[in-house]
Amino acid sequence: MFDFLWRKKTASFTGGIILDGHKHVSKIITPPIAKELVYPLFLASNRYAKSCVKIGDYVKKGQVIATPDSPLSTPIHAASSGTITAIEKRLIAHPSGLAENCIILQTDGLETVLEAEPCLDYQQQNREFLREKIHLAGIVGLGGAAFPTAKKLNNSQPIHTLIINAAECEPYISCDESLAIRSAKNIIQGTLIIQHILQTARCIIAIEDSKPEAYAALLSAIKTTDIQIQKVPSIYPAGGEKQLIQAITGQKIPAQKLIFESGFICQNIATSFAIYQAIILGMPLTERVITVTGAGIKQAQNLQAKIGTPIKDLVQACQGYTNHAEQLIMGGPMMGIALASDDIAIIKTSNCLLIEPLKQADTQPCIRCGDCAEVCPSELLPQQLYWYSRSQEWDNCTDYQLADCIECGCCDVVCPSKIPLVQAFRIAKAEITQKHRQTEQAALAKERFENQQHRKLRIAQEKAQQLAKRKAAIEKMKAAAAQRKLN
Amino acid sequence: MQFPTSCSPFTPSNNSVQRIMFHVIAALLPAIAVQFWFFGFSILMQICLAIGTALLTEALCLTARKRDIVSALSDGSALLTALLIAIAIPSIAPWWVVITGTLFAILIAKHIYGGLGYNPFNPAMAAYVFLLISFPLQMTQWQSPFAFLDFSNAFQLIFSEQIAFDGTTSATVLDLTKTQLHLGQNLANIQQQALFGFIADKNRELINLAYLLGGLFLLHKKIIHWAIPTAVILGLLIPASIAYSIDNSLYSSPTFHLMAGATLCCAFFIATDPVTASSSKKGRLIYGLLIGSLIYCIRTWGGYPDAAAFAVLLANLSAPSIDYYLKGK
Ligand code: SF4
Ligand code: SF4
Repeated sequence: MFDFLWRKKTASFTGGIILDGHKHVSKIITPPIAKELVYPLFLASNRYAKSCVKIGDYVKKGQVIATPDSPLSTPIHAASSGTITAIEKRLIAHPSGLAENCIILQTDGLETVLEAEPCLDYQQQNREFLREKIHLAGIVGLGGAAFPTAKKLNNSQPIHTLIINAAECEPYISCDESLAIRSAKNIIQGTLIIQHILQTARCIIAIEDSKPEAYAALLSAIKTTDIQIQKVPSIYPAGGEKQLIQAITGQKIPAQKLIFESGFICQNIATSFAIYQAIILGMPLTERVITVTGAGIKQAQNLQAKIGTPIKDLVQACQGYTNHAEQLIMGGPMMGIALASDDIAIIKTSNCLLIEPLKQADTQPCIRCGDCAEVCPSELLPQQLYWYSRSQEWDNCTDYQLADCIECGCCDVVCPSKIPLVQAFRIAKAEITQKHRQTEQAALAKERFENQQHRKLRIAQEKAQQLAKRKAAIEKMKAAAAQRKLN
Repeated sequence: MQFPTSCSPFTPSNNSVQRIMFHVIAALLPAIAVQFWFFGFSILMQICLAIGTALLTEALCLTARKRDIVSALSDGSALLTALLIAIAIPSIAPWWVVITGTLFAILIAKHIYGGLGYNPFNPAMAAYVFLLISFPLQMTQWQSPFAFLDFSNAFQLIFSEQIAFDGTTSATVLDLTKTQLHLGQNLANIQQQALFGFIADKNRELINLAYLLGGLFLLHKKIIHWAIPTAVILGLLIPASIAYSIDNSLYSSPTFHLMAGATLCCAFFIATDPVTASSSKKGRLIYGLLIGSLIYCIRTWGGYPDAAAFAVLLANLSAPSIDYYLKGK
């Protein structure tokens, strides 16, 4: 059970709640190589990669097996050596239980590695070259957004502050913390590369004050650099980009504005490490640290997992399930997604697997206590929004700034009536997007129809004109003939 | 292995309506203890009658509305309403007064409007006003301070409606002040009378302090928000201080207003009922100020000696408009 004290003591950012950490920081264990690795070609909302291998191909560790399909896609690399055995539909890590085409790699356990191309003199290289290298290494934001990092580092506006996000504010997750303890030096090297690419003057590492060991490790690693490190209070969601910026600089970014418009950029600490690997070691992104935890797992620990490993293999590496294993969550307890099966493979953004007993929620009517509004980091009125979402008053939802909801779940957690607020907001958001699309399509169709009508009308008019002309000509001819007859 | 899927967050909340209600009930215990000390078993009988009626009525209403009885009954809201009614009415009121009142609160003021969360008026206060209008005599006969009633005396008074024993009934200081001021008495003289303690009624002073204690506990536990009680007290103290500084032979002191009647009970336990209060921050301040100043106005110029219930109902009525006009925050 959780106990929380949901009103916080320090004014670091608006709203938020104090949650019990439940973090068991362990050494990072390397599990045995899974027999089968699974790579979905679906990357994120309507972004895909396309396979560049055939069934029967032998691939080495680090070899590209799928290439980008669109500007916002990234390549996929094999995490181990072996044979491609199938390209088929499998369940993927997606909230709506999608099945998508996946490349299936049967590992041979040899870990034959493709030759790496390290680049040690990155300071001499231009930004374009480094960005391309990051892109080719398949790096995306490892904090959860899955946005291609090379695109994010291609700033059109000057960035004055780079923030390395090590807050890791969700309960249970400790993969970034253990990574920082193990690889602080390399993280800082990666951070310096980002700073070099962005040419930012200021770089701050933000870390929650509940992680003294990771803080100490990073502090000693930044000694010879001008990177700063700053503690943020352990208040959820301190790791949200806008919340983090407000917590460390005091600057509040308005709701409608993007953070880079104010000159900020946030990168996850694990992304920093991946960039170090991509540039200095020349290694693509094929592995990550993942936390496997919860009351449903025998041995909670952090694993150095190959991306594409099915969840059941990682569970095996943690001694299997306990009999409290009733739900499987990828990500943290606040914003993660529930998965239907442990056959699903982990993806680049999977930072945590949480296996927990099911929670019983008995929903009661809203008693208008206002607690939800008090904790909302986006300063919304969840209670009103819920009302409008339920009664499908989309215009009112938009009026009350539903779009600014970051789906952090704070409102849900404090609600004494246990109303599933976030769920309602997600549905409402999807409906509104759908409606937008429909109106756009309708407008397009209308335009097309009008154009068509226009064209028809024009053709008809032209025809009529021609007809009239011809008639006039005939009349003329007739008149001329009559004249001739007369003469 | 297969798993069921649901939507985030997966963190079970340990906040619940039940937790809120039972904290409020616990916070009422000091005041109940003090009342027992002053009044004896009569107050306990009122409480038992009210609770019995409330639970029964609630169960019947829920059955009629085809709702889950156990989960709704265990939320503690009916229990709290019953307690508030029992401690608000005179402790020697006949049994049918408290039963009618509780019935009215649960059936009419709560379930007719759709049950917990949908009631526009605080059920306990609606019931109080209903009783005051219907049974003015029984609702204004207060037990005198220090007339401790043992079980059998209390039983006789409440159930067989015997004429009150000598010395068991008296007016409240609010009553007394009002009538005597009407008769042209000077406030300083009025306050010499035996009914008065240090500031207000001998017993009310202490009971109100017990409410204050409970209220502070609720504030400490973050069950209630500071804005409403503060605003209620300010709304009462500001006009009281102004009037008092103009003419202290005609207008009672602000501390008197604070310690007399149901002021502090109202500020911490009644006005803070979230369902019927304003929900925005500014709205809560306005709502509280409204209640405080209404209490003062009705006490000073209105027809009833105490006014908390009327003030709360009027403010309940305006809460939706307050929220509506403050919508833009
Ligand atoms: S989920 Fe949305 S509405 Fe709820 S607290 Fe977070 S931002 Fe606010
Ligand atoms: S927290 Fe829940 S009960 Fe309280 S106002 Fe919000 S939705 Fe209503």
